[in-house]
Amino acid sequence: MLDYRVLPAGDTALVVEFGDRIDRTLSAAVLALAQALDAAHIAGIVETVPTFRSLMIHYEPLVLSATALTARVEEHVQKLRARDVAGRVWHLPVCYDRRVAIDLDDVARRTSLTPQQVVERHCAPLYHVYMLGFLPGQAYMGDVAAELALERLATPRTSIPAGSLAIAGRMACVFPLETPCGWHVIGRCPIPLWDRARAAALLAPADQVMFVPVSAREYDTLQTRAAEGVLRVEPVSETAGAVA
Amino acid sequence: MTAALRILSPGLSTTIQDLGRHRFQRWGVSVGGALDPVAFQAANALVDNPASAGALEAMYCGPSFVVEADDARLAFAGGDAAIEILDNADAASGETIAPMRSVRLRRGQAVRIGSIRNGATLYIAVQGGFAVEPVLGSVATDSRGRIGGWHGRALREGDTLPLARAAASERDECRLDGFDLAPPRRFRVVLGPQSDWFAAAEIERFCAGEYTVSAGSNRMGMRLEGAPIRHRDGFNIVSDAIVTGSVQVPGSGQPIVLLADHQTTGGYPKIATVISADLPALGRLPVGAKMSFTPVTLEQAAAARRALFAVLAGIRDNIVRLSPPPSLVATRLLECNLISGVYDAAA
Repeated sequence: MLDYRVLPAGDTALVVEFGDRIDRTLSAAVLALAQALDAAHIAGIVETVPTFRSLMIHYEPLVLSATALTARVEEHVQKLRARDVAGRVWHLPVCYDRRVAIDLDDVARRTSLTPQQVVERHCAPLYHVYMLGFLPGQAYMGDVAAELALERLATPRTSIPAGSLAIAGRMACVFPLETPCGWHVIGRCPIPLWDRARAAALLAPADQVMFVPVSAREYDTLQTRAAEGVLRVEPVSETAGAVA
Repeated sequence: MTAALRILSPGLSTTIQDLGRHRFQRWGVSVGGALDPVAFQAANALVDNPASAGALEAMYCGPSFVVEADDARLAFAGGDAAIEILDNADAASGETIAPMRSVRLRRGQAVRIGSIRNGATLYIAVQGGFAVEPVLGSVATDSRGRIGGWHGRALREGDTLPLARAAASERDECRLDGFDLAPPRRFRVVLGPQSDWFAAAEIERFCAGEYTVSAGSNRMGMRLEGAPIRHRDGFNIVSDAIVTGSVQVPGSGQPIVLLADHQTTGGYPKIATVISADLPALGRLPVGAKMSFTPVTLEQAAAARRALFAVLAGIRDNIVRLSPPPSLVATRLLECNLISGVYDAAA
C-alpha cells in the first residue's frame, strides 16, 4: 500500500501527495493515479495536474464534495499499479554545437569534463517526463547525470531562444518559447515542443525522451522544415510500465 | 467593411479575457481569464452576451478607442471610472457616463476612459463579442504563453479588434442596480496545502496580520507587504501544482497570492488558499489596498460558493431599463436636473 496524504488547495482542488522528493517511484504513482482518475470519468472532477510527487485534482465542490472525492481517491490508490502508466517514447534531435550551446564550455569547465564528454553524458539516458509546467509544452525531464547537475547561473539571462535545452539541476528542460532563463543552456532542439498553430504540446507527463545529437547543418534543415510546418514528428513507440 | 473597435490608446494594460482556459494545466497552460469574473459577467449581461463571451479587461487606466461599425452596444462594469463618450476620435471632450450600464455608439464615436478607482479592473463588453478565434476553447489572453485574445498580447495603439456583430440590436439601454463591487478587507482562506511548513504562531500571525497590496502585483500574482511569515525549515519545496488563490510564502516571508495568469507549478510553500467565492473580489483589489485573511472550513467555503453562484444567477434580475431611452444629452440633462420641460421622449 502506497503512503500518501490528501491536502486541500482551497475549496476547488485537492493535492494527493505521495512524498516530498523527486523520485521515479513517486512519479509513477502520481501518473498512474492521474490516468486511473481520467479513465474513471468521475463527475465533478474538472482536471488533474501531475507534478513530481503529487497530483492536483481540480473539482467542482457543489457536485463532488471533498470527502466524496477523497474516498474515490482512496479507492483508486488501493488498486494502483504503477506498471500500467502509459507513455510514448520520443527521439528528439538536439544540436549541441557551440553556436547554440552557449554554456557548453562553461558546463565542461564546471564539471571538469571535455565538451564532448558533457554531450555524451547528457544524451546517454532515456529521460522520463515527470511533468509539464512554467510554459505551455515545457517538460521537466529527468534525470540528468549527477555529475552534470548544475544550479542556476549567478545572473539569469533576460532571454533565450525557443528550443533552448538547459540543465536545471537534475532536470533537462527544452524551453518551447523565448523566455528569461537562469539555467545553463547546452543545446537547442529544432522540434517545436509547443505547436502554436495547433495549440498543442508535443510531450505529455509519463512520456520518455532520448536526445539524439545532430550537426549544426542538420539542425538548420530541421528547423527550416519545422518553421514551414512540414516537419512531422511521431513517437518511436508507446510504452507501459517503464517509469519506475 | 468589417465592424471593429480601433484602439487609439491601450491604457496601462488592456487584454481580451473570458472565464479562462480550463483542462490544459497538465500541459503547462495557465487558466487565465478575467481577474474579476463577477464584474466581467455583469458587463456581458448588460449587452445580452453569454456569460463567458470575450470582453476587454482594463487595469488601472482604461483605453481609448473608436467605433468602426454601423453602430455598437458597449457596457462597462468594474471599478469607478470616468467614461467619456466622444463624437469623434479627435474631440477634446464629450459626455461622461459611469460604469454598470450599456450605451449605444454610432460609427466614428469614440470612448475615452481615464484612471480606474476603487478597484483594479474595468470590463468593457461589446454586444456579440469580438470576432477572435478561441485557442483551446478560450479567447483569454495568455501573455506568457502568447496565446488567445488579440495575438496573445495586451492591446496596442492601432489594433483593430473585429466585432462579431455589424450593428447593435434594437433595444433600450440598461443599467445594473444594487451591485456592490467595492472590494472587502477580509478574504477567507482554507489553510494549506503546505501550512505544516509554518509553526502555529506563524499561521496565527498570518491570520491576524494586515497586508498592503504592493506595486509589484500583476495578473500573475498579488504581492503583499506586511509582517513577514517565517518558515519552519526552509522555503524550497519540490515544485507542485498551483491553484488561483494560492498564498505562497517565498524566502522574504512576504506572501504572494497567485492570480489568474499564475504559472501552473511552483516551488514555494503555500500557507493557505483564498476560497473560490472570494477570488472575484481579490481580483479587483487594487495596489495600495489593505487586506487580511480569515481561515474557514471547506463547508463554509462551499456555502460561500453557493452564495456567489446565486449572485451570478441574479445579475440579469437586477438589470433595469434606462427609461427614457438615453440620448446621451438627455442623460446628462437628467443628471444635471435640467430636464424639466425640455425633454421630448421621441427625440
